[in-house]
Amino acid sequence: MKKHVIVIGGGPAGMEAAGQLIKNGYDVSLFEKDKTTGGHLNEWFKLFPDRRAGSEVLDYYKNLISGKDLKIINSTVVEKVGQSGGSLTVSTKEGIEHTADAVVIATGFDLFKSTRKEEYGYEIYDNVISSADLEAMFRKGAVITSEGKTPKNVGFVHCVGSRDEKVGNLYCSKLCCITAVKQAIEIKEHVPGTKVYCFYMDMRMGGAYYEELYREAQEEWGVNFIRGKVSEVSESINNRLIVKVEDTLAGRPLKMELDMLVLMAGMEMSEAGKKLASLTGLKTGDNRFFSPADHHYGSNRSNISGIFYAGACTMPMNITETISHARAAVADVIDYLKDSKR
Amino acid sequence: MDKFGFAISQQRQIDFEANRRDIAEYISEKEPSFRVCIECGCCAATCTTGNFTPFSLRELLILLKRGENDKVRDNINKCMLCGKCTLVCPRGVNTRNVISLAREAFQDRIKNAV
Amino acid sequence: MKIEGKRAIWSEYQKEIADDKYYYVRSCIRQNFFPGSEVAFLKIMREELKKDVHEHPCHTTCSGIGYHGDVVPVETAMTVVARQFALMTEAGYTNYVPSCITSFGLYTEVLETWHHFPDVEQKVRQQLKKATGREFEVPKNLAHASDIIFKFRKEIAAKAKYKLINKNTGEPLKVVDHIGCHYAKMFPSKGVGGAEYPYVLAGMVEEWGGEVIDYPERRHCCGFGFRQYLVQANRGFSVACSKEKFESMQPFKPDMIITNCPGCPMFLDRWQYVINEMEGKRYGKDGEGIPVFTYEEVAGLILGYDPWDLGLQMHQTDCEPVLEKMGIDYNPDMKYEINGTITKVNSRVSLSI
Ligand code: SF4
Ligand code: SF4
Ligand code: SF4
Repeated sequence: MKKHVIVIGGGPAGMEAAGQLIKNGYDVSLFEKDKTTGGHLNEWFKLFPDRRAGSEVLDYYKNLISGKDLKIINSTVVEKVGQSGGSLTVSTKEGIEHTADAVVIATGFDLFKSTRKEEYGYEIYDNVISSADLEAMFRKGAVITSEGKTPKNVGFVHCVGSRDEKVGNLYCSKLCCITAVKQAIEIKEHVPGTKVYCFYMDMRMGGAYYEELYREAQEEWGVNFIRGKVSEVSESINNRLIVKVEDTLAGRPLKMELDMLVLMAGMEMSEAGKKLASLTGLKTGDNRFFSPADHHYGSNRSNISGIFYAGACTMPMNITETISHARAAVADVIDYLKDSKR
Repeated sequence: MDKFGFAISQQRQIDFEANRRDIAEYISEKEPSFRVCIECGCCAATCTTGNFTPFSLRELLILLKRGENDKVRDNINKCMLCGKCTLVCPRGVNTRNVISLAREAFQDRIKNAV
Repeated sequence: MKIEGKRAIWSEYQKEIADDKYYYVRSCIRQNFFPGSEVAFLKIMREELKKDVHEHPCHTTCSGIGYHGDVVPVETAMTVVARQFALMTEAGYTNYVPSCITSFGLYTEVLETWHHFPDVEQKVRQQLKKATGREFEVPKNLAHASDIIFKFRKEIAAKAKYKLINKNTGEPLKVVDHIGCHYAKMFPSKGVGGAEYPYVLAGMVEEWGGEVIDYPERRHCCGFGFRQYLVQANRGFSVACSKEKFESMQPFKPDMIITNCPGCPMFLDRWQYVINEMEGKRYGKDGEGIPVFTYEEVAGLILGYDPWDLGLQMHQTDCEPVLEKMGIDYNPDMKYEINGTITKVNSRVSLSI
């Protein structure tokens, strides 16, 4: 009889793991809390650094799982994984139990809620938006201010909710710098002539072709980079945003008026993941993400045998890393099921 | 005005709205490599002038970008155009040309003013 | 601007404020700056709200000015604070109410310090015992006087004779609120509404009919800051702070400023005169200044107290424009009346004369 693997979470990590497990001949069920699979990828218009359409990667997933015998259970929240005998029991919020031989957790991340950085006035000042809001504007094809105007000056605040002791997140979310660079270029594409300013603490361009995109943003698109963390935002009488920042390289405080300010919201352990961790007894780290058995050679294994991790539920990851991590999880699952004598 | 034994302090802030950045734009247009400067300071570290007089090419470059032109105007002529800064710049900024263009721009503006 | 966003933040920064039996401590400087404010506070508390407010004749400065002015070390400040608490304990009270935000800031800082470093508290207890023979309990509730007025803003509104509404146009008065740095910036969770979008004064303004203005330099210091003011050579820095705020609020055409006490009203009021003297600039309408009030003065005005009983003649920036707009019944000739004699004053003191 085919072994049954349950994958929790239908974002890129979950779909990748499910698709690869099916290929390897397992009976796979995928639980997704939302109505559809795709996760955060559904929200993303274009991906960095090559700015291919997010939908292309979604299409890849469609192909990966289409026509296969994958059971997708949408709109279902998994709350707990229990151990009974040799097998695992996955319990949904509704209290329904499903048995599995192995479980892959791919609960991903939640976007940092920018309202927590009170000084930036998200959901208070009309034209303070998040990176996800901007992506939605790109999808609609209309980058406009709350007054329905074309913005002439747009700012990006890096590290919103990341590398910030004040919100309890010491880690770097890794993707927001490159996302800011990508979105800055896209603003220029959508609204030529707009001046764009990125306020950064460090430019972390660690991925392949990230630094090159940064350079392109400066050279070809004239995006301005100002080193300094925005301290506060306010609104002028003309409804323009006023940001205060220190231009640390000039060594002077700087005040600037903008029509739109984009907050580069970081990644946090998902609420669903947190609940699952506490009810299941899975270890989490100081950064609140799932803590893998070993950060070097066991990044897919959990502290409970038979439960594996895939993707950004363990740390911030881009799509490429997520896919690799999910495939590695599948390799671990295969190993585990081969060895288990049940 | 010092009236009660003190004068009202001046704002130190760079007022981005009030400043004019036309000189920086002029330079960027003629020497696009100016845009890719990341203010690493390699140029300033190697500069003979900067090591013996209060002069930092890196600082002048950022002040130009912010439209704080006065300090640049007062200092840009200290450069001897030796070209060492261009030699070391990791981003390939043609600093020598940037300096020449800045001088030219300030000259032009002086001419225009007359 | 979306007010719901602010309300969401306000709902997170609620603090516990005792509802009766207050042990009240005065400010060292407030009586000299705005003597009517304190009288108004006690009158409102005792006569309007029928609350028990106790004052102890032996209480002293909290030493906050000295602490923030770098002349009183923190250990000394803590021992002085401990003595105040001892007086409260001896009087049988547990709800401590300072009427100065610097004092409030210092008390909060001391209590937080003791909370995190109990050995420091023990040391201070010993010092106090040795020096004075006194012992103390820490207050069960610490609330600034403005927190209390905030708590009873609705009760005050219910008794109001006037509103913060322009009688001629029916429009709400545009009010700038300034809570002062020491009220919430050091410990945001101890201030009503927190530090970024403080609600303590805004809540009063809303309740009493006015409209709060959110201007860009709302969070900026008033210019007191102790170090920047106490040394004459630094006063240019102090005035510059107030000036920064005036320039930023001016486009919004505020009718008045409401402040926590006591440094903020002092500086926002007096520096308007100084800026005018030095630079010939005024920030209100028609070349007037922008009247500055303490929250108790505003409460007193809406309750119908006589402006001169509230001490509004002590303001350097004339407050009459606001009295006129609110339609307050007052006698302009009595402004400088002392014991039945109308005193002539040097017109330079007053901005609009
Ligand atoms: S990737 Fe950049 S913006 Fe994101 S947290 Fe790291 S340094 Fe900050
Ligand atoms: S060396 Fe090049 S990149 Fe570095 S500061 Fe100088 S000009 Fe800019
Ligand atoms: S060219 Fe000018 S700025 Fe560059 S190293 Fe030589 S003197 Fe210094």
